[in-house]
Amino acid sequence: MSALETNAMNNDPILKVEHLSMRFGGLMAINDLSFEARRGDITALIGPNGAGKTTVFNCVTGFYKPTMGMISMTQQSGKKFLLERMPDFEITRDAKVARTFQNIRMFSGLTVLENLLVAQHNMLMRASGYTILGLLGFSGYRRAQAESIELAKHWLEKANLIDRADDPAGDLPYGAQRRLEIARAMCTGPEFLCLDEPAAGLNPRESLALNDLLRSIRKDTGTSILLIEHDMSVVMEISDHVIVLEYGQKISDGTPDAVKNDPRVIAAYLGVEDEEVEEVIEQIEEIQETDGEQGGKH
Amino acid sequence: MATTTYSTESAAGNLTARALREGFYAGLVAFGLFFLFVGLETTQNIRNELVLNQRWGLLAIFVAVAAVGRFLGVLYLQPWIASRKAAKAAEVEKAAPESFIARNFSKIAIAALVLMPPVAVLLFGVQGSLKWVDNFGIQILIYVMLAWGLNIVVGLAGLLDLGYVAFYAVGAYSYALLSQHFGFSFWILLPLAGILAAFWGMILGFPVLRLKGDYLAIVTLAFGEIIRLVLINWTEVTKGTFGISGIPKASVFGIWSFDVSAPNNFAKAFDLPMSSAYYKIFLFYVILALALLTAYVTIRLRRMPIGRAWEALREDEIACRSLGINTVTTKLTAFATGAMFGGFAGSFFAVRQGFVSPESFVFLESAIILAIVVLGGMGSLVGIAVAATVMVGGTELLREMTFLKTVFGPDFTPELYRMLIFGLAMVVVMVWKPRGFVGSREPTAFLHERKSVSGSFTKEGHG
Ligand SMILES: Nc1ncnc2c1ncn2[C@@H]1O[C@H](COP(=O)(O)OP(=O)(O)OP(=O)(O)O)[C@@H](O)[C@H]1O
Ligand SMILES: [Mg+2]
Repeated sequence: MSALETNAMNNDPILKVEHLSMRFGGLMAINDLSFEARRGDITALIGPNGAGKTTVFNCVTGFYKPTMGMISMTQQSGKKFLLERMPDFEITRDAKVARTFQNIRMFSGLTVLENLLVAQHNMLMRASGYTILGLLGFSGYRRAQAESIELAKHWLEKANLIDRADDPAGDLPYGAQRRLEIARAMCTGPEFLCLDEPAAGLNPRESLALNDLLRSIRKDTGTSILLIEHDMSVVMEISDHVIVLEYGQKISDGTPDAVKNDPRVIAAYLGVEDEEVEEVIEQIEEIQETDGEQGGKH
Repeated sequence: MATTTYSTESAAGNLTARALREGFYAGLVAFGLFFLFVGLETTQNIRNELVLNQRWGLLAIFVAVAAVGRFLGVLYLQPWIASRKAAKAAEVEKAAPESFIARNFSKIAIAALVLMPPVAVLLFGVQGSLKWVDNFGIQILIYVMLAWGLNIVVGLAGLLDLGYVAFYAVGAYSYALLSQHFGFSFWILLPLAGILAAFWGMILGFPVLRLKGDYLAIVTLAFGEIIRLVLINWTEVTKGTFGISGIPKASVFGIWSFDVSAPNNFAKAFDLPMSSAYYKIFLFYVILALALLTAYVTIRLRRMPIGRAWEALREDEIACRSLGINTVTTKLTAFATGAMFGGFAGSFFAVRQGFVSPESFVFLESAIILAIVVLGGMGSLVGIAVAATVMVGGTELLREMTFLKTVFGPDFTPELYRMLIFGLAMVVVMVWKPRGFVGSREPTAFLHERKSVSGSFTKEGHG
């Protein structure tokens, strides 16, 4: 790939969320949220509990239909998809957006390998002539099946699960299930991967291994990642870009360092003492002014 | 050493004390409960006066039984059950190597089934073999096939279908009507009946499969009843409750016929004495072939992406959708495939009976088929075959038990207790093996070694 192309690749947004709102009855879980995730980046979405992060994911992956707003995904090939208009399974199948869940969703009665084969369903379906050719024993299907096992093996090795390949997924320890869920999502061949708290419940060692896995996913496959995470060590370590939500609204957006020092973020996370409020508001106003100047420059 | 003996001794002492205490409380509770129920009795004497009888002896027996029973239960029964449980848990670790029979169970069973009619003819004569081939063989194999068909829907895809018998009815009536009106032969109508049933499966499935769990179960139940009511009330076509009789027999691919008058009659062609047993033996092989086809297709489908998607759907539907699987079409194919095998079985049923009426397609049939699937172990072909044999064969055996009449008197008809025993057997099996006879699941692909998945990890599905 030429330098020019890489450059172009890094600049163009793969996912663009514009004026997204999601209402549950009287609750505005997301309120007029706009952000972009750039191609090849690891973008982190953070915020206190109940801020609406998972809801953003569910809107992006089609599990919720947003009340308002537009979500567009541009593939490497330049093909554009309006995700808010597509049913959930088409978003994975056609737009190539894969996801994991905050509370792990394994096929616990299937083996680890089978979990990864299910993820390649659409490819295998086509290869088996929608089952009919496969039933008749056509060699094309057998080849595709062998390939799918190879791909599964590749991701099992990456996720360090190769020894457990033939065990039921429900038998794996928690950390391994998290890795398996990521490996399974990768087996769908995504261009954009959404991970909902992948480090939740992991011990520090597993957490480091996860960082490596995510970096290698980005490096080897060029998959862009959107990540919800509470573990700041993970966020600060691997993300290129951080978006902070609070009560369904974006309160900060920028590089990890910028976000870390943003008083609005600190206030949101730590809560502020009464006497400090004035001070914080002043700081916020300053920042908004500078923001405004930046906006003018654009 | 000394401390251990001491501790076991004190534990035993504790246990006895606990047993005594609990026995005493049980006696106390029994006394409180039965004091008025049993201890005192009011009767009317001849002058219509209320007389109070005191039955302290009976009350004492009640209380004693409760107290002693509780005492013995705590002292002996509970430790025994606990030690058995512990022994069982230890056993699981060992996992004894499978014996030759266990490994080749299905092959041996198929060979036995293929050899069964000739053996029955040798042992009981041509006419005597009828009972074994028809009452047991064919009857059981029909249920095996139906249960294997339903297994695709319930066991693999996890969709609780209480109206499976509807597709059985569609298959049976398709054959009955099309053969009478158009004179098509069994071998043309068999696939057609399957296709029609699958088609109905799609039509019914489309609106129904939006529902989940209990709602799906109830709506499929309703559809089963609707089909039956249509069969009863659409008299111009189905002749209502009278049913359709005189359904033509099947032939050996048109080469030999089993009609007595036909020139190419099977018995005549081979210079055998006339008997209906040949037809039944032929039908036995037909249903055996159909059942094996069902099993073969199921085994093949499980290794196809669609079969894996069915099982994944049973495990977690939302995860399926997150992997790009169209769950609606996946459910529909499961429904249609199951319905197709129900249709095959139905057309076979029609050709075997020579008569179909709505009576044969009541909800009870759906319930029995579902019970067989659950008892056998959802998803397991071998387990389901065993369950069908035990359940259907068992109820047939009841008919044979004429000696029971000498025990219970001449009015006793064992068949009438069939459902009672069926229910009892279900309760016993479900307590003893909650996942059915074969609770584990064979993986469809493996990297290093094939390990079966314990039933505790698989799910039953929610829709
Ligand atoms: N299906 C739903 N129906 C009604 N309310 C919902 C639904 N899903 C989410 N909410 C509400 O929307 C708000 C945002 O929830 P969300 O799960 O997106 O938070 P989150 O940022 O992911 O929090 P956490 O860090 O705890 O995972 C919460 O108040 C939640 O109760
Ligand atoms: Mg969340």
